[in-house]
Amino acid sequence: MLRVATPILLAALGECYVENAGILNLGIEGIMLFSAFTSFLGAIAVNSSIIGLLVGLGTGLLLSLILAVLYVTLKSDQIVVGIAFSLSAIGFTSLYFRLLFGTTLPKLPVKEWIVNIPELATIPIIGRAFFNQPFLVYVSIALVPLFYYILYRTRFGLKVRALGENPMVADTAGVNVFLYRYIVMLIGGLLAGLGGAYLTLYQVSLFQDNLIQGRGYVAIAIVMFARWNPLKILGGALLYGSAEAFAGAVQALGYLRTVPAEIVLMFPYIITILGLVVLARRARFPPAFARPYRREMK
Amino acid sequence: MSEKEYTVRMVGITKSFPGVVANKNIDFDLEKSEIHGLLGENGAGKTTLMNILSGFYQPDEGEIYVEGKRVKMRSPKDALKLGIGMVYQHFTLVPEFKVVENVLLGLDVVGKKLSLNVIASLIEEQAKQLGFTVNPWSKVADLSLGEQQRVEILKVLLRGAKVIILDEPTSVLAPVEITGLFNVLKQLASQGKSVVFITHKLHEVMEICDRITVLRAGRKIGTLRRSEITSTLEIVRMMFGVEAEPAVAAEVPKILGREVLKVENLIVQSDRGVDAVKGVSFSIREGEILGLAGIDGNGQKELAEAISGIRKIKSGRIYYKGEDITGLSSAELHNRGITYITDDRVSEGLIQDFKLVENILLKDFRRKDVRRGLFIDWKKASKKAEELIKEYELAAAKPNSLVQTLSGGTQQKLLVSREISGEASLIIANQPTHGVDAKTTVYIRKKLIEKASKGSAVLLISNDLDEIFSCSNTIAVIYEGKILGILDRQSATREDVAYLMIGAKKV
Repeated sequence: MLRVATPILLAALGECYVENAGILNLGIEGIMLFSAFTSFLGAIAVNSSIIGLLVGLGTGLLLSLILAVLYVTLKSDQIVVGIAFSLSAIGFTSLYFRLLFGTTLPKLPVKEWIVNIPELATIPIIGRAFFNQPFLVYVSIALVPLFYYILYRTRFGLKVRALGENPMVADTAGVNVFLYRYIVMLIGGLLAGLGGAYLTLYQVSLFQDNLIQGRGYVAIAIVMFARWNPLKILGGALLYGSAEAFAGAVQALGYLRTVPAEIVLMFPYIITILGLVVLARRARFPPAFARPYRREMK
Repeated sequence: MSEKEYTVRMVGITKSFPGVVANKNIDFDLEKSEIHGLLGENGAGKTTLMNILSGFYQPDEGEIYVEGKRVKMRSPKDALKLGIGMVYQHFTLVPEFKVVENVLLGLDVVGKKLSLNVIASLIEEQAKQLGFTVNPWSKVADLSLGEQQRVEILKVLLRGAKVIILDEPTSVLAPVEITGLFNVLKQLASQGKSVVFITHKLHEVMEICDRITVLRAGRKIGTLRRSEITSTLEIVRMMFGVEAEPAVAAEVPKILGREVLKVENLIVQSDRGVDAVKGVSFSIREGEILGLAGIDGNGQKELAEAISGIRKIKSGRIYYKGEDITGLSSAELHNRGITYITDDRVSEGLIQDFKLVENILLKDFRRKDVRRGLFIDWKKASKKAEELIKEYELAAAKPNSLVQTLSGGTQQKLLVSREISGEASLIIANQPTHGVDAKTTVYIRKKLIEKASKGSAVLLISNDLDEIFSCSNTIAVIYEGKILGILDRQSATREDVAYLMIGAKKV
């Protein structure tokens, strides 16, 4: 469950900062997919999953920089650009995957940096879930209180939130609106890239067409129903993780043979929609949400 | 005089926005320990000039000196570093944040990294010095507007401002709060700060300012020392340019018919939920143009919207040709021949992304002559549009032109023509020539007079005395939601009207 929740959690934490600063980055899905693809290539090329992760990280950074130029500097429509970017990511990665590998399925290197505490891992039921996981799982969970603290208790966090509340206020207070929006975009890109890389290298151990399957959009939904609060985002990610783990288990164990697999696979998404319907109804969006900032308007 | 004596000097400032010159070659200076009133009508360029001084806009031309040194400010941050801070008309506080957090947001960027507790005690101390109290841990959204304004002032001060600019600070305050604000401003001046006080209310300026600079239509008219002013008339003349009495517009019809509109004790609320129109009564007859003079924001818009049925009425009655029409919808009123020319053609009057013919149909799509069953007869509609284009000289426009491609003046003519063509018996025109060129202005005024001479009643709302005097046969003046006087065009002088517009009694 933790393992399955990790990519979503990483992406959602990054998007949480992006949205608090008043940007809606629908390109997060595309960033995850591109990063998954490049990290897969990197890991195979040098036979190291760690290098793969780093490649994914770099991809996320670079792509979010490009998106930041479009959203912040060129003030393009964030919804149109984000969706177009994510859609083109599917086409681009699928095409190059096919060109590079044809129909063969390349083998990924052995997973490195798995934390394993054998004494504790033998504890029944929870042992393996908590003490035998890739290190990134622990990192992502450690990030939750850190992100919460930074957002609500530090100057940096205050400025980020002020950007989403009213960028004009931040500007007149002397906060560099453009610089800070670039910074949060890069944070979002880093974490989305990491999430995508983790998914391909550690969770499913393969690459395929549209590997991300909407996890980026799910992350956006979770950020909204968690009302932009990192602690609640952990809850949302775990909820989604449980649903996905449950769907996986049902399939693997071969229960419900009469129910089509597609129905079972829908389960996590249905949970997400329910979460949005129930929890996000009274959500107060940042007033400057998805609006580019221009200073001289008349 | 050496430059050192001035805290701030602005020389030859010019700033244009697309289509308007907001500031034209303006000089402005500020001394230590003074309260300097910046006076002028709406659109005179006061806020633009101060936005330049606070670094929010860059001037197209001109120089700024602070303490004798030439400076270039690229952002509000640069201005703050030089000790210049502005309190905006719409507060720049984040309502969801606490007072301390809002202050911290501003302090950080000037390099003062302090903890919330330290800032909280600074806030309390500074407030005490100025003679009031504020709880630094309150959420801004829970404070009254007066309290929020004080927080703004504290914020600017704690950031080290020596020059404090307040943009129309009294417009959001209750009378008691205004007295409090004035005390705070006097305290500031006595502590060696310079205060710029932007307003269009003459009596406020006379009450607390040491010097007064008057702007009109983007130009500086002059700067006076309070002690040198012998009569408020001087300033009224500077604000409105009332030296010349215009010739009586001959075309204005003199024979008035029966009563078309009668308004009785009308009370209407603004968007903020306070009374904007406070018990107004008047009537307009056939062939009459009632010029309602007043500076923007004195309840004109609310009054116009109430009569045309788009704003709810709190109390009072409206009669149209003897029929009680209070509370009827705008569509019902439109069908009876009441039309409204909004003062905001861009967001309320026309749809920029629609074609000209579609914009014309917006109000008339139910009418038989453009309908074919359930559908719109586009051929007939286009023909109607072409007639309008010809009759109203809408230069270079075609029925299929997108409205956004038309010039501001043509758009305004389109809006006016849509509203006054056909059988409009009551025309409510709110600033019908605002922001259009001289030729279009004359044209629109002529059309309004033409309609009146054919028997329509016109309520002409304007802050432009030329317009009021050249078009109306009766003049009413509105100030803070009340009609201060209804005068006959023939006997009224510009001075009388200008005085009433700023709520002053003639000496």
